[in-house]
Amino acid sequence: MAALARLDLTDEEVELFTAQLQTVLDHAADVSSLDLSHLEPSSHPIALRNVLRADEPRPSLDREEVLAAAPSVEDHRFRVPRIGGEAP
Amino acid sequence: MTPPPTATAVTLAAGVRAGERSAREVVDAALATVDAGDGDYHAFLCLLADEARAEADAVDAAVAAGKDPGPLAGVPVALKDNLCTRGALTTCGSKILENWHPPYNATVVETLRRAGGIGLGKTNMDEFAMGSSTENSAFGATRNPRDITKVPGGSSGGSAAAVAAGFTPLGLGSDTGGSIRQPAALCGVVGMKPTYGRVSRYGLVAFASSLDQIGPFATTVEDAALLFDVLAGHDPLDSTSLPSVPEPTMPTVHDGVEGIRVGLCRDLVDGCAPDVVARVREAADALAGAGAKVEEVSVPEFGYGLSAYYLIAPAEASSNLARYDGVRYGLRVDVDGDDVAAMNTATRTAGFGAEVKRRIMLGTYALSAGYYDAYYAQAQRVRTLVMQAFDRAYASFDVLLGATAPTTAFDVGSKVDDPMAMYMNDVCTIPSNLSGHPAVSVPFGTGADGLPVGVQVLAPALQEAPMFRVARVVESLAPTSEVAS
Repeated sequence: MAALARLDLTDEEVELFTAQLQTVLDHAADVSSLDLSHLEPSSHPIALRNVLRADEPRPSLDREEVLAAAPSVEDHRFRVPRIGGEAP
Repeated sequence: MTPPPTATAVTLAAGVRAGERSAREVVDAALATVDAGDGDYHAFLCLLADEARAEADAVDAAVAAGKDPGPLAGVPVALKDNLCTRGALTTCGSKILENWHPPYNATVVETLRRAGGIGLGKTNMDEFAMGSSTENSAFGATRNPRDITKVPGGSSGGSAAAVAAGFTPLGLGSDTGGSIRQPAALCGVVGMKPTYGRVSRYGLVAFASSLDQIGPFATTVEDAALLFDVLAGHDPLDSTSLPSVPEPTMPTVHDGVEGIRVGLCRDLVDGCAPDVVARVREAADALAGAGAKVEEVSVPEFGYGLSAYYLIAPAEASSNLARYDGVRYGLRVDVDGDDVAAMNTATRTAGFGAEVKRRIMLGTYALSAGYYDAYYAQAQRVRTLVMQAFDRAYASFDVLLGATAPTTAFDVGSKVDDPMAMYMNDVCTIPSNLSGHPAVSVPFGTGADGLPVGVQVLAPALQEAPMFRVARVVESLAPTSEVAS
């Protein structure tokens, strides 16, 4: 799970969190044991409809201001370590 | 210490609009009060002193020019630090955003300023709004101004404390499972969560998007209604923003409760501490005395809310917090070798605190193949169950009444190592988040320890106006023996 979430937990954290989260899941047993097959799941409190707007150019955030918040920038772009192994 | 008496926002704004006092005076006094007093509480993470003075001068210039600066003219407002402020630190109480200066303002920050309000500073919070005590901040805990050995509640504990301490008449928080109402109750102020979609969330750093809602803190119900009326409305920048134009609630806030049907909800009272139960029942009696039709009602489905919430909210959080990857903003921890996944992992491991990691793990688990149906889908069915239970209750009642939090403010450090005990603080507030309904906490007397008790008024979607009317009567009939100092 930690690898999926891109977290690196120490052995102590794994032990502590496992016990703590087990308590939460034990508490959730009251819910998982209910027969609710007759109910639809709700993902939202209100009926959401897709919201569309006209596809027209409009001002956006200033590129330099956005890039100023980035940890690493090169040539007006976000710089990241290599993705997908060696370049050909 | 006794918090200083605060002029209400209504009074302050009226004085500034009439030219009786300048916004600059008000703001300078508020900044000085925070400088002198916040060492004890740590309500603020940073002050926006220069911006606040400039905004105050603009308000004063408008008054001098004979223009109306707006209903919040010159009123200082404490801003929770998960609300984006352009060019000014927005940390969410997290090391991963320790140095982040957003390139835009949250819609509520813009709306506030257009109404003449002054963002005085950014307030402390549990990291990414995950917590009920404001002890999960990467920058140190906030203390309760009523008793500094106690927590202020959370996650919007900084804004609650700022208002309780008399630093600002108004504050803004966010409420995902009770994070406005519970700290309001523990600090002895008014705190309100609007209907989902009523207030724009554009520029609110996301925690659990189907539950999050921004709302006001105030010292009076009338002030809370004033700020809510300013904030409510459609925003094209928030796709969950409701399209309808809301009716203002201020004009009816003093209309009383004659004929209003109030359901005293046993399931939001019975499990609470005896002194809290006693205050809520007294509030119900007081409402009956004021002309409301009060009856007890049982909604046992609320009992499943906590379990459902602590699956749904972490699931959404694990997805929302995937954006903290060390690429576009915030912390980056580089590692040897040239591997983006290793950089992501090192960044997140160093940047997130224990509670955030716990919830990401829980959410990742609840959404993972093999467990999705048993946990996440089942929790969403419970959400349907709770919403249907509300509908049934509201067929017979206009509002429901209950406790806001099961106890008064607890000792600093007493629950921080026991997540489940901490989560139990939200048991009375969670149902309204699952249903997207409005609810407000109003101070009503004190517990056996002399600390404030909050009574919660819950209402159906978009029924903020009758909710505030009931809350106003509760406030006006609260025992006069003031909270401990």
